[in-house]
Amino acid sequence: MINFLLDALPATVDWSRAQFALTAIYHWLFVPLTLGLAVIMGIVETCYYRTRKAFWKDAARFWQRLFGINFAMGVATGIILEFEFGTNWSNYSWFVGDIFGAPLAIEGIVAFFMESTFVAVMFFGWKKVSPGFHLASTWLTGLGATISAWWILVANAWMQYPVGQTFNPDTMRFEMTSFWDVALSPFAVDKFLHTVTSAWVIGAVFTVAVSCWYLWKKREQKLALASIKIASVVGIVASLLAALTGDNSAYMVSRVQPMKLAAMEALYNGGTDQSLTAVAWVNPMKQPDYQQQAQPPMRIGLPNMLSILATHDPHGYVPGINDIIKGYPKVDGTREPSTRDKMAMGRRAIAALKEYRTLSAGAAAAKSQKTGNVVANTASVHRICQLKEELRATMSYYGYGFVKDPSQIVPYVPVNFWCFRIMVGMGCLFILFFLAMGYLSFRTPKLPQQTWLHKVALALLPLAYIASECGWVVAELGRQPWTIQDMLPTWAAISDVQSSSVVLTFFIFLVLFTTMLAVEISILCKQIKRGPEHSDENKAEGTNA
Amino acid sequence: MGSNGFLYKVWHLYYDGFRRMTVGRTLWAVILIKLFIIFAILKVLFFPDVIKQRAVKGHEADYVQQQMELHAHQ
Repeated sequence: MINFLLDALPATVDWSRAQFALTAIYHWLFVPLTLGLAVIMGIVETCYYRTRKAFWKDAARFWQRLFGINFAMGVATGIILEFEFGTNWSNYSWFVGDIFGAPLAIEGIVAFFMESTFVAVMFFGWKKVSPGFHLASTWLTGLGATISAWWILVANAWMQYPVGQTFNPDTMRFEMTSFWDVALSPFAVDKFLHTVTSAWVIGAVFTVAVSCWYLWKKREQKLALASIKIASVVGIVASLLAALTGDNSAYMVSRVQPMKLAAMEALYNGGTDQSLTAVAWVNPMKQPDYQQQAQPPMRIGLPNMLSILATHDPHGYVPGINDIIKGYPKVDGTREPSTRDKMAMGRRAIAALKEYRTLSAGAAAAKSQKTGNVVANTASVHRICQLKEELRATMSYYGYGFVKDPSQIVPYVPVNFWCFRIMVGMGCLFILFFLAMGYLSFRTPKLPQQTWLHKVALALLPLAYIASECGWVVAELGRQPWTIQDMLPTWAAISDVQSSSVVLTFFIFLVLFTTMLAVEISILCKQIKRGPEHSDENKAEGTNA
Repeated sequence: MGSNGFLYKVWHLYYDGFRRMTVGRTLWAVILIKLFIIFAILKVLFFPDVIKQRAVKGHEADYVQQQMELHAHQ
C-alpha cells in the first residue's frame, strides 16, 4: 500500500503544483491591471475634479469602464486557489492554517468589502454624489484593491520567510505568536511594494498601448495624448520603484532563501567577490549538472555585482548551490549546516514528534481513566519533557526530514534563471520606454505621427504581462520544493487524493479560465473600439479632437 | 427622517445604477455564471475539504500526522 502510494505520489504532487500554478497565473492576469488602472483612473478623475472640464470626466469614465471589465473578469479567480488549499493541499492547510488563514480572512472581510462598496459609488454615483465624494470613492476603490493585495502578499511572504509562529505538537499545527511579526514582516513589506509598483507598470503600459492604438487609427487624439502623458509619468515612477524594490527583494532573498538566489543566478559554486550573470547558456530543457560544472557555459558576468546585490558589499560572500548543500560560513561567523545535517535533524524532529504525540495520547488516556502506575506515568512525563526540548531544538529543520536526497532541495534552475532575466530585462526596457514616451508626449508634437512607436507600444503590452508573470514564477518556483521555506516540502503537504481528480480539475480550469480570458479580451477590445462616450458638455467645449 | 433619506439615497444609487447598466449587464451575467460554476459545480463536485471528509472529528491532527509520516524518510 505504501509502495503504491509512493509510486502514485509524484503524479499527484506535480499535477497539484501545476494546477496551482495555472490558476495563480490566470489570477495574476487580472489583478495587476486592476491595481494599475486604479492609479490611472484616479489621476484622470483628479484632473476632472481640479478643472471641472467635461473632457476629463469623459476620459475618467472611459478608463473606469475598462477597469470595470477587468475587475469583473477577475472576480472569483482568486477563490479557486483557496479551494485548492483545502482539497489538494490539506496537510499544508492544517499544518499552517492558523497563520495562513488570518491574512486571507482579513483580506476578504476588510479589503474586498471596501472595494465593493466604493466601486458601486464610482460606477453609479456620477450624478448622485458630489464630485469630491465621487473622486474619493474612485481612489478608495483602488486603495481597497491595494489593501487586498497587502494581505495576500503577507500570506505569500510568510511562505517564503515564516516568522511569528511556534509549533504546537499537540495540535500538529504552527500557531501564530505575533500577528504583527507576520503582518509587518520586512519580507512582506518589500514584496508588497515590489508587486504593487510592478502592477502600476502594467496599468501604465496598458494605458499607453490603448492610447497608441487610438493614435495609430487617428482617433481620440486628445484623450490619447493626455492619457499617454499621465501613463508615462506613472510608468517612469513605477518602473524605477519596481527596480529599487526589486533590488531590495534580491537582498532579502539572499538572506532567507539563498538557494532561490543561487537558482536565479545559476550559481553553482559561490564565494566572495561574486559577479552577476548578465547572460549564460543555461539549457532551458534540463536541470544543469551543477555538481560537475564550475559555472554555466558562455557566461558573461558583471564583476562584483552579485556580491553587491546580495550582501551590499562588493566582496561579500554569496553561497552557490553546492555550498548550500555542503554547508558554508555565514556572515556572523557561524556555519550554515549541510543539507545532510539538516536532513538528520529533520528526521530527529519527525521521530520526536511521533513519540511525543504517542506518549501524550497515552498519558491523557491514563489520566482520564486514572490507570497506570505512578512510576511509569512519571517516566512518561519526563520523557515528554525531553521530547519537547528535542522538538524545540530541531523543529526548524522538520521539513528536511522528508528529504531523501540533497538534490531535492534544488529548484529547477533553468526556469528561475531565464524568468529572472526576462523580468529584469523587460523592467529596464520599460524605464527607457516610458522616458521616451514621456519626452515625446510632453516635449514634441510628433507622437501622433510615429506609427512605428504606436506598434511598439502595442507589442509591449503582452511582454509586460509576460514579465509580470515571470516575476511570480521566480518567486514561487525558486521556493521549491518548499511550500513553507524549510518547513514543509510539497510532497508532504499534499492531500491523499487520486492524481486523476487533480488532472480533471486542471483541464476544467484550463478551459474555464481560457474562456473567461477570451471573453474579457473580446469585451475590452469592443469597448476600446467603441471609444469614450462624449458627453454633451464635452461636445459643447469642443475639446474632443 | 434623515436616516430614511440617506437609506433611500443608497437604495436609489444601486437601483438606478443597475437599471441603467449597459456593458455592466454583460459583465454581471458573466460574473453570475462564473460564480455558479465555481461554487455550485466545482466546489461541490470537485473540491471537498479533504480533512473534514477523511479525518475523525476532533482527531484531525492524528490524520495529518499519519499522512505526513507516509512521506517521511526513515
